[in-house]
Amino acid sequence: MSDRWVAVLAGGLSHERDVSLRSGRRVSAALRQSGVAVEEWDADASLLPKLREHRPDAVVIALHGGEGENGSIQTILELLGIPYVGTDAGTCRRAWDKPTAKAELRRAGVLTPDWVVLPQSAFRELGAQPVLDAMVERLGLPMMLKPDQGGSALGAQVVRSAAELPTAMVGSLAYSDAVLAEQFIDGVEVAVTVVDGPGGPEALPAVEIAPASGVYDYTARYTAGLTTFHTPARLDDATAAKVAELAVSAHRLLGLRDVSRTDAVVSATGEVYFIEVNLSPGLTETSLLPMAAEAAGRSLGSIYAGLVDRAIAR
Amino acid sequence: MSTSGPLPDRLGARSLDPHLGRYAARAEGMTASEVRALFAVASRPEVVSLAGGMPNLAALPLDFLSDQIASIVADDGLVALQYGSAHGIPLLREQICEVMALEGVTGHPDDLVVTVGSQMALDLVTRIFIDPGDIVLAEGPSYVGALGTFASYQADVRHVVMDEHGLVPEALRAALAAAAQAGRRVKFLYTIPNFNNPAGVTLAVARRAEVLDICARHDVLVIEDNPYGLLGFDGQVYPALRSMDSDNVIYLGSFSKTFASGLRVGWALAPHAVREKLVLAAESAALCAPTLNQMVVSRYLATHDWKGQIKSFQTMYRDRRDALLAGLEQHMPAGCSWTRPDGGFFVWLTVPEGVDTKAMQPRAVTARVAYVPGTGFYADGFGSRQMRLSFCYPPPERITEGVRRLAGVLADELDLLRTFGPTASRSLSGPQTPAPDTA
Repeated sequence: MSDRWVAVLAGGLSHERDVSLRSGRRVSAALRQSGVAVEEWDADASLLPKLREHRPDAVVIALHGGEGENGSIQTILELLGIPYVGTDAGTCRRAWDKPTAKAELRRAGVLTPDWVVLPQSAFRELGAQPVLDAMVERLGLPMMLKPDQGGSALGAQVVRSAAELPTAMVGSLAYSDAVLAEQFIDGVEVAVTVVDGPGGPEALPAVEIAPASGVYDYTARYTAGLTTFHTPARLDDATAAKVAELAVSAHRLLGLRDVSRTDAVVSATGEVYFIEVNLSPGLTETSLLPMAAEAAGRSLGSIYAGLVDRAIAR
Repeated sequence: MSTSGPLPDRLGARSLDPHLGRYAARAEGMTASEVRALFAVASRPEVVSLAGGMPNLAALPLDFLSDQIASIVADDGLVALQYGSAHGIPLLREQICEVMALEGVTGHPDDLVVTVGSQMALDLVTRIFIDPGDIVLAEGPSYVGALGTFASYQADVRHVVMDEHGLVPEALRAALAAAAQAGRRVKFLYTIPNFNNPAGVTLAVARRAEVLDICARHDVLVIEDNPYGLLGFDGQVYPALRSMDSDNVIYLGSFSKTFASGLRVGWALAPHAVREKLVLAAESAALCAPTLNQMVVSRYLATHDWKGQIKSFQTMYRDRRDALLAGLEQHMPAGCSWTRPDGGFFVWLTVPEGVDTKAMQPRAVTARVAYVPGTGFYADGFGSRQMRLSFCYPPPERITEGVRRLAGVLADELDLLRTFGPTASRSLSGPQTPAPDTA
């Protein structure tokens, strides 16, 4: 048993609080099993005084969405000089914004579905219908609609007809002030976790996601049994290598640190599309990172204990 | 996707739920939902929660209760910590009859079964009367916990509309006629006549006999759920349906709103023959309601001015109701309407045409205010234009702030709707006439 102790931050006030609390409990238990002492703290008004007073050796951020991923918590930790697991504040601010991350990767030659991002005000000021028509003209149908920030598929929808678009827009804009509309790629959904190790970022085996309903939405994500997962993904070796390479490239090109999860789609013709990257991947019982770890023959606890060591040594 | 040779099709396939093929059909709807996920945020103190129906226990005499509970364990611990009868402690059953007498009910203690909250009583009643597919009539909207129970027994719930005077007798007749025409039998009417959850309206006294008469003529049992009956803000008490018909009404009562919800002590008062079955069902469900908790309630009723305590609850909730109604009056945009309860915990708000309260909920959580979307109170997808607002828990000034935030959210949503035009609601629009918001 080491004498290190870490604070796991979970909860917060984002729409993903519930998922975050579950992630926090899971990673805390895993760390304890790996001999790391853990305290679980919520991200509320008491956090800063607690951090100042108790100064954990490191912080593991199990917050999802909002302050946990947009660089806010990371900035606070940097101000206090407390090591933490995960991407630095400045990079978080860029990479957590889905359109920004897509644009950076496309500039670097990474294949990603075509997209447009528009704030609510654009629809109001320019008139919704012409803008919606232009979106359909550019991206075709079906299209993917989601908030430009945030995770857990909250507010994400597959829009199959132009008639569904206005209602879907209202649904997505309930979670954010801007919407990311994306060309829908029909194919195999995979998620690849990347973990930094001594030899640089390493991709864990891809997890293939096959939701019974066909859409990997919030319910399919967090209800055990509604999605079948294949670990490793049922990909031939060449495609599996491409998927892993994509995830490592995304991790490197965006400047991510310690751990990330890239979601991708393998199209019917074998092309691998980058969909989005998660800076604070879910760690719940139904989350993809723990499955990938298991498929790699590693425990969640050993991975995070290793990342804690890296954070302390930085 | 390009492949090289046959894929290892099921290698590593897993669903995370090895029991997937084993679940009963009634478990089908038990899935994670975005609405539930958002309630995790609503429980944070930063959020003004007008969502939960938690009674406000701050006024309870905790020191006194602490002494009483210690004395029960010290003096009678071997009884308090032991199994008891499924029927309930005899002394408590007698005391409950005294409580019910306030609403004109003259029940015999032997016809009463003490349960783990009235929720368990509702479960037992449904268990002994409902086969899958049986029709249950319930007010529209109705208590979400009851709808959950009915769903778990695979009942076919049909809603009967309310207006500002509660359940509409004519609509009840129509619902019964429609069932009869379809060759279907209605097993019971589930009703919350006083300060309805979620609608806040009360069944007019003049309608009570008529409702009972209609049900009796159609051979339909009445389940009267009355957790709020003693929480009239002016001390007014309405005659219980059970007081007007002892043969065809099962009365469900609770100490959750008038004393302590965490003790989970409620009851069912049933006609004698039904009571036998309820006791057996209670035995198989829980063996007995917790003995210690029953003794705590009994001691409280015997030693504390519980009627005075209820009066102080009435005053506290009235102040909160006033804050909510004043806030709505001041801040809500045109096109909104709401009920004006004279007791209980809830106001039922109808928002302008086109707004889907469920779709709007994330925006509200971002603005740090929470409510319950109306669709949860219907078994058939109605209620998208409605929401339940609870005034029971936050102090008046927080309620005022919560309504101010909600008005801002609604203004933004209306702006969005103006931008995108009328949107197809994800769920059905609620029954617009009559509705319980016209008071």
